[in-house]
Amino acid sequence: MSAFLEIRNLSARLRDTGERVLRSVSLEVPVGAVQGLVGESGAGKSMIGRAVLGVLPKAVEIVEGEILLEGRDLLKAKPSERRRLIGTRTALIPQDPLTALNPSRRIGPQITDRLVDILGWEKARATARAAEILAEVDIPQPERVMRLYPHELSGGMRQRILIASAFAAEPKLIVADEPTTALDVTVQKQILHLISQMQARHGTALLFVTHDLGVVAKICDSLSVLYAGKVVEETTVQKFFAAPQHPYSAALLAATPRHTDAGASLEPVPRAVLDAVSAEIAADDASWRRHG
Amino acid sequence: MLDGRGAVKRRAGARLWLSGLWLALVVLAAVFAPLVSPQDPLAQDLMLGRLPPFWMPDHEPGFWLGTDSLGRDVLTRMIYGARVALVVALSAGVATCLIGTALGLVAGFYRGWADRIIGRLVDIWMAFPPVLFAILLIAVLGTGLSSVVIAIVVIDWTRFCRVVRAETLNQSQMDYVHSARVAGFTRLRTLVAEILPNVLPVIVALLTLEMGIAVIVEAILSFVNLSVSTDAPTWGGMIAEGRTSIYQAWWVLAFPLAALFLTVLSFAQFGEGLRDRFDPVLR
Amino acid sequence: MVEALFRIEDLRVDVPDMTRKPLFGAAPRLEILKGLSFDIPRGTVLGIVGGSGSGKTTLGRALVRLIKPSGGAIAFDGKDITHLSDEAMRPLRRRIQMIFQDPMSSLNPRLTVGRIVGAALGLRSGDRRVSEALEQVGLPAAFVRRYPHELSGGQRQRIGIARAIAMRPDFILADEIVSGLDVSSQAQVLNLLQGLVKELGLTLAFISHDLSVIRRLCGRVIVMQAGAIVEDAPTEALFEKPAHPYTRELLDAIPSPDPSIRW
Repeated sequence: MSAFLEIRNLSARLRDTGERVLRSVSLEVPVGAVQGLVGESGAGKSMIGRAVLGVLPKAVEIVEGEILLEGRDLLKAKPSERRRLIGTRTALIPQDPLTALNPSRRIGPQITDRLVDILGWEKARATARAAEILAEVDIPQPERVMRLYPHELSGGMRQRILIASAFAAEPKLIVADEPTTALDVTVQKQILHLISQMQARHGTALLFVTHDLGVVAKICDSLSVLYAGKVVEETTVQKFFAAPQHPYSAALLAATPRHTDAGASLEPVPRAVLDAVSAEIAADDASWRRHG
Repeated sequence: MLDGRGAVKRRAGARLWLSGLWLALVVLAAVFAPLVSPQDPLAQDLMLGRLPPFWMPDHEPGFWLGTDSLGRDVLTRMIYGARVALVVALSAGVATCLIGTALGLVAGFYRGWADRIIGRLVDIWMAFPPVLFAILLIAVLGTGLSSVVIAIVVIDWTRFCRVVRAETLNQSQMDYVHSARVAGFTRLRTLVAEILPNVLPVIVALLTLEMGIAVIVEAILSFVNLSVSTDAPTWGGMIAEGRTSIYQAWWVLAFPLAALFLTVLSFAQFGEGLRDRFDPVLR
Repeated sequence: MVEALFRIEDLRVDVPDMTRKPLFGAAPRLEILKGLSFDIPRGTVLGIVGGSGSGKTTLGRALVRLIKPSGGAIAFDGKDITHLSDEAMRPLRRRIQMIFQDPMSSLNPRLTVGRIVGAALGLRSGDRRVSEALEQVGLPAAFVRRYPHELSGGQRQRIGIARAIAMRPDFILADEIVSGLDVSSQAQVLNLLQGLVKELGLTLAFISHDLSVIRRLCGRVIVMQAGAIVEDAPTEALFEKPAHPYTRELLDAIPSPDPSIRW
């Protein structure tokens, strides 16, 4: 099966300074696969997820490239067509369960709104679907929970609800933007297991944005390592953790703590590696400017 | 990087310079009023009544912005009016700021009974209708410039107190305040050296806003004849007199009104501009 | 046996539970710490681990006396500091320092780095001891004129460390100081801290929700759950043979960067 999402040569820059924030990014997410996007803060990993969903910040503009969803280029589609494609085929699992739900509205309508307004479902059908999907993420008494307000639920419950809400309309692609960063490790494990399970059962493709290589090792099939908006390595999880190819991604892995190894030392990314990858990026920018 | 800080800075420059320029002009006019005024502010001459400004037919040389119905020079009276406006703005603004800020800092930082007492006082104070309160106060104190200043201070300190208290409370919960405690600083030193610099931008913005408000309140009280003596030139008094002859001599009303508008606007813009220029966090 | 720098006995902290406060009368008390006892020997590094709501942050703030315990005793260097007033505590403050979780909120945004580090010592920002403290944490002396928002997250956290060690304290509490940092800065800060502990002979309590960063730094670990200590063991023993089910759960939940380990 071919890629459900394909990004080709995507470049973006800041409107006011012209600084490139995405540098000819290319990646593919096959149907039903889990693709990790890893990098340090400011590497542009969230930016890619936002570009796919069409919610880039105002200060950023895309200057070239294609974002193909089922073979159709979102960047060339008419706005109404683009909204329809994104609205029906994709969904987001956001980072912060505390702010992602509207505190002054009940849970139920926050899930069904999308089904009714964008997919045009009957109200009763949407409500039934919401109850069904909440039960699927192990929320006890879904009908009762749908009448509650977010503050009446724990952080873990709210994250479950956001996952249910993302899967409710059976999207083909879900962007998960650091969905467990704010959670305790024990809750994180449950939530990641839940996302994996749901993803496998529904055959949804997942674009998983995270800073944690440990999380990537556990739930992704393949990954792209980003530095300063450039993909420095794209490979499968098996190959990456056996032997990372790019010096920067190798250094990133060496800096990640391994609690299972008593003698393991933590090595910050060496200056020389950062200088080398920066030089690589500068050369890249120079040739990009000559062609563009 | 993404917040357009550069753009803010460019605009801040123009805003600061334009408002600063106008305020400097007003200050200079007020300080050197006897030197720069073309006429005597109180001299009446019914033969020269309702002369138009200099670009209209029938104007008289030396009376640049025309005269009112009693033949007094509008420009001269505006220049002298700036004195009253500035004295009120500075004294009422600063006094309001000092009292409100001190109480707000104490309430927000020390909490406890001090906060409860000050909080109740503010609640009670805010329940009085401000204009009636001012008129009542002046009825008791008698008309005059100092009464106007006292009235503004007595009514408006709550504005500072509420905002400064909220901001102080907010800052007190930051870890840098805990850090100061761990370092062994006294409470007073923490308040003055750590918290005050972070509340200062709010105080400056409020102070300039308050100066503008003080100018307006003085004008309102002049308008209803509760400020300085009716003869003395004030912007509010001129607007009140100009109102009666607006169809025959619009300039008596229009020029002081424009001066009032520009001054109040400039105070507010000056405050914002100062913050954008000098706050290290925005720089 | 090394002499204990901190001795904590049956430490209790409770707060009024405002959600269950009746209309009249006092609110019922909510227990945050339910009688903790442990020692911190001089020159050792103690890890304090637990999930959110376990009371680890409250414990830390009670140790440095930012909050007042409601029961039990805290002895520092043989002196009971449980109920000391702010005034009586002040002479001891220099010896008990703290590094905070969020370096953005713990550094005064309107003061320069030089003033932040120097203020603790009562020094001017140009003083040699300020630049010395900066050098010790691997930052150039030119940073004294910078403001906190002009620095990266890792650099800010180093300023927090410089401020703490500049006082030449006997004890430092580090509260989740690497949880907001990228792995590379995290490694730098941990290595820096480890070096300083050796070099200056510091006694350190290191609070973290993440066991994976603790293994190399700490000699002993306390695991907390719901305001109580569920396990207190030397680090190696804790990682190799966790005794309490909650400790095992915490260890099992860490996603190790190795796809071959089942999870």
